Amino acid sequence: MAQQELILIETLCTHYEIEVSFVDSLYSLGLIEIQTVEKTRFIPEEKVADLEKMIRIHQDLEVNPEGIDVIFNLLQRVDDLKSELAATKNTLKRYKLENQ
Amino acid sequence: MAFIDYYSVLGIDKNASEADIKKAYRKQARKYHPDVNPDDKEAELKFKEVNEANEVLSDPEKRKKYDKYGKDWKHADQYEQAGARSGGQQRSQGSTGAGFGGESFGGTDYSDFFESMFGGSGGGFRQGGRSNKFKGQDFNAQLELSIHDAYKTHKQVLTVNGENIRLTIAAGIEDGQIIKIKGKGAQGINGGPNGDLYIKFVINNNTKFTREGNNLYAPIELDLYTAMLGGDIIADTFDGKVKLKVAPETQNGTKVRLKGKGFPVYKKEGEFGDLILTYSIKNPTNLTAEEKMLFEELQKLR
Repeated sequence: MAQQELILIETLCTHYEIEVSFVDSLYSLGLIEIQTVEKTRFIPEEKVADLEKMIRIHQDLEVNPEGIDVIFNLLQRVDDLKSELAATKNTLKRYKLENQ
Repeated sequence: MAFIDYYSVLGIDKNASEADIKKAYRKQARKYHPDVNPDDKEAELKFKEVNEANEVLSDPEKRKKYDKYGKDWKHADQYEQAGARSGGQQRSQGSTGAGFGGESFGGTDYSDFFESMFGGSGGGFRQGGRSNKFKGQDFNAQLELSIHDAYKTHKQVLTVNGENIRLTIAAGIEDGQIIKIKGKGAQGINGGPNGDLYIKFVINNNTKFTREGNNLYAPIELDLYTAMLGGDIIADTFDGKVKLKVAPETQNGTKVRLKGKGFPVYKKEGEFGDLILTYSIKNPTNLTAEEKMLFEELQKLR
């Protein structure tokens, strides 16, 4: 298994100028993953982009963690619908071709 | 260069208070923020406009200047000569004065109108300014492949920001599929991780085969007599030909499924989808008198 890069939560909070409590509430809502190694808490590097997005939504749009949860769920649905639409368009194209 | 009515961008009137501006800005930002409108170029543009309007109207100095001279730009557009002169001057001033520090793309995000009036980039937009990035920026690239390329595993070298990236593109990649190449985006900031490179594949298909997942679909013409009496025909598959046995009395629109003659399954070597052929019966045209007579005979028998 590839070794996972971990980033200290305090480093992230200092960098983004956010409270640790904000990260805690994201974690309690299941929006981010936190790993604890010897009592120190980290975020996997690959999840940093998601966290950054949550911070932007929070800071730029003044959305609280619960709101972020709703937004992420809806965005996931939009994504699913987009793929479904692409597949449907493809099928429709085939039917149109067949009936030409 | 067009005058931009920042008040109408935010949907407020000229006498709007600072609180009104803030409120209107927030409302528009929530609607057009790129994070809640992924892959939406129109929203991205709108968001830039809204930010620009807010930057001008929320800054008392800038707002004063805009209220005083903004309209003149509209006049300048009407009286072309004067406009061209003053516009040109201020624009060159703006672009030399602005200078791109390299750390933000703020300057390029402003309209010409803004740059000529306020001299290019100020502090950059909120996005670039406040939410300091830690992880490097992600890069997005698009790669066009022909359906023939997508059919076979092949290697390709991609140049992104001067760096050559070798890619092995596995057979069966989907149209619109995005693959992530970790760490090949911009460098991280303050020891943060590098951004990632996302490559979106666009597969162009100008063949008669339609692809749906791993299956391929194609029409196949059948002459009336083979359809009636049955027989052998040669059908095109994606990468070759195959002999097909046509059953007697085959109806128009009948489908035949050729197992394993479809598209390769992504990252499952040796596995293929199916090819589904739909018969399209072609009736003879330009009948001779004799043929016509024989068809009439047939008709009488029915």
